[in-house]
Amino acid sequence: MGGLDDLYQQLILDHYRNRRGRGRIEGASASVHEHNPVCGDECYLDILVVDGRIADIKADGDGCSISQAAASMLTEVAQGKELDDALELVEHFRLMMHGEAEPDEDLLGDAVALEGVAKYPVRVKCALLSWLALRDCIADYRETVATGG
Amino acid sequence: MGSSAQHTLDAQALRAEFPILASPRPGGGEVHYLDSAATSQKPQRVLDAMDAYYRETNANVHRGVYEMAAEATERFEAGRDAVARLVNHPREATVFTKNATEAINLVAWAWGIRELREGDEVLVTLMEHHSNTVPWQIVAGITGATVRFCPVTPGGELDMDAMHEMIGPRTRMVAVVHVSNTLGTINPVEEIVAMAHEAGALTMVDATQSVPHMPVDAAAIGSDFLAFTGHKMCGPTGIGVLAAAPGRLEAMEPFLGGGEMISDVTTEGSSWNDIPWKFEAGTPPIAEAVGLGEAVTFLEGIGMDTIRAHEKTTARQMLDALDEVPGLTVFGPRDVERRGASVSFSLDGVHPHDIGQFLDSKGVCVRAGHHCTKPLMRHLGVQSTARASAYLYTTTDDILALRDALIECREWFGAA
Ligand SMILES: Cc1ncc(COP(=O)(O)O)c(C=O)c1O
Repeated sequence: MGGLDDLYQQLILDHYRNRRGRGRIEGASASVHEHNPVCGDECYLDILVVDGRIADIKADGDGCSISQAAASMLTEVAQGKELDDALELVEHFRLMMHGEAEPDEDLLGDAVALEGVAKYPVRVKCALLSWLALRDCIADYRETVATGG
Repeated sequence: MGSSAQHTLDAQALRAEFPILASPRPGGGEVHYLDSAATSQKPQRVLDAMDAYYRETNANVHRGVYEMAAEATERFEAGRDAVARLVNHPREATVFTKNATEAINLVAWAWGIRELREGDEVLVTLMEHHSNTVPWQIVAGITGATVRFCPVTPGGELDMDAMHEMIGPRTRMVAVVHVSNTLGTINPVEEIVAMAHEAGALTMVDATQSVPHMPVDAAAIGSDFLAFTGHKMCGPTGIGVLAAAPGRLEAMEPFLGGGEMISDVTTEGSSWNDIPWKFEAGTPPIAEAVGLGEAVTFLEGIGMDTIRAHEKTTARQMLDALDEVPGLTVFGPRDVERRGASVSFSLDGVHPHDIGQFLDSKGVCVRAGHHCTKPLMRHLGVQSTARASAYLYTTTDDILALRDALIECREWFGAA
């Protein structure tokens, strides 16, 4: 069962059972709704931006342990980040999931535990769902600001 | 075939004929393959028949005058004879396609595009596979026709009262799945076909999950079209079948144009080959037809009623075994007379993806997802389910492995 322990590290199961940052933000600066067409899993992501920083971030929706744990870890590590730093974080995570970057634990926090998921191509989408939602959310936010919304 | 009715089948012995089931996986360990509704495993003799075709008589069909080409044509057409015989259908009205999906699309495009008008209705059901929904939606989008969905009861069966009400003078086509790949439900297709015909509508029966598992008599069902796919019945991928009622194919214009399907081509226009070739444009799946023919002979040798009897027993065992798993919910009928051996379920607190992954680590292969039945998933109020599906090689051992792995799975994810 080595493979299974590798995929489902204790930290992942812990985030799955006790999700952090779950829910919606009333009066969010930007919100996106993404879904994984393979399994139908859904993710709602809300951010509140104050002075160019993520003052609050929440993820909601249902999914497998990997997608739920990834969302939980994201909300922890993205909290308080400047938008550009958050984008950099997402990109680093994306590269790690595709086996193209050595994980930087200082940057990723608990999310470093998801490294093993990269070996399971069908599960990579699960891990990425909420993280890519943050990227889209920031893009939406910037567009709204730019168009004077 | 009738004489084999009460034979029981020795699934354990049959496994020896399937290379994937007979030998351990590269990492070691037995495989409990419970995903035959997605695709079946292939017996050695099917692989051998295809291999022999390529080694001994590979040539294009219906063309060369040399002996090898004649032999290739003979083996290809013998495959057609076999599938036609299996479902009690005339060979000339038995068309080879790429898969069941293409068989349904063939009808949607060759018939639907020309015949459907604004105000017309195509009636499908909420338990259809996407392949018997999406082609009709596409064609409806072009023609202005409407696609309606017959609902499903809480017990996972078609709501026949609603079906009765929904079939009316506007209904032009009733497209219904014979056995649901998600719920396992066996639908009363003879009754539905009779109702549709009484209203003047045509019928498409998606027999993809019935033909591999039970005796299916196309003549007795009486539908205008019946579709199934080779790879779920011990045959290869890349080949499917459309069986059409006498007269239907003659009256239809072709679906795809090209070589093989013409009688004459001039700069002014073209005329069509006889059926079934009128609907088989281009070089057909020759080796696949040979393999499928061999698969049919293999299935007939066991007896379709014997296979059905085995799967009833297996479905019963599976339902009983799943009942022993705490927190597990089965979707679909409980009565094995009314269902096949595909069983969808959910496990409290564990996502189907995680079930699938955990079970894989125990050598148990199940499917997790929406099973190409998203309208049904929405109706059931779930995003996805896990599904275990059996076939003629499924043993009690497989089922017990499934049960034990599920019990462990629940503990592992801390849902217990
Ligand atoms: C009920 C049903 N219909 C149609 C199909 C489509 O079969 P194919 O993908 O071979 O065309 C499937 C298989 O997934 C099925 O289960």
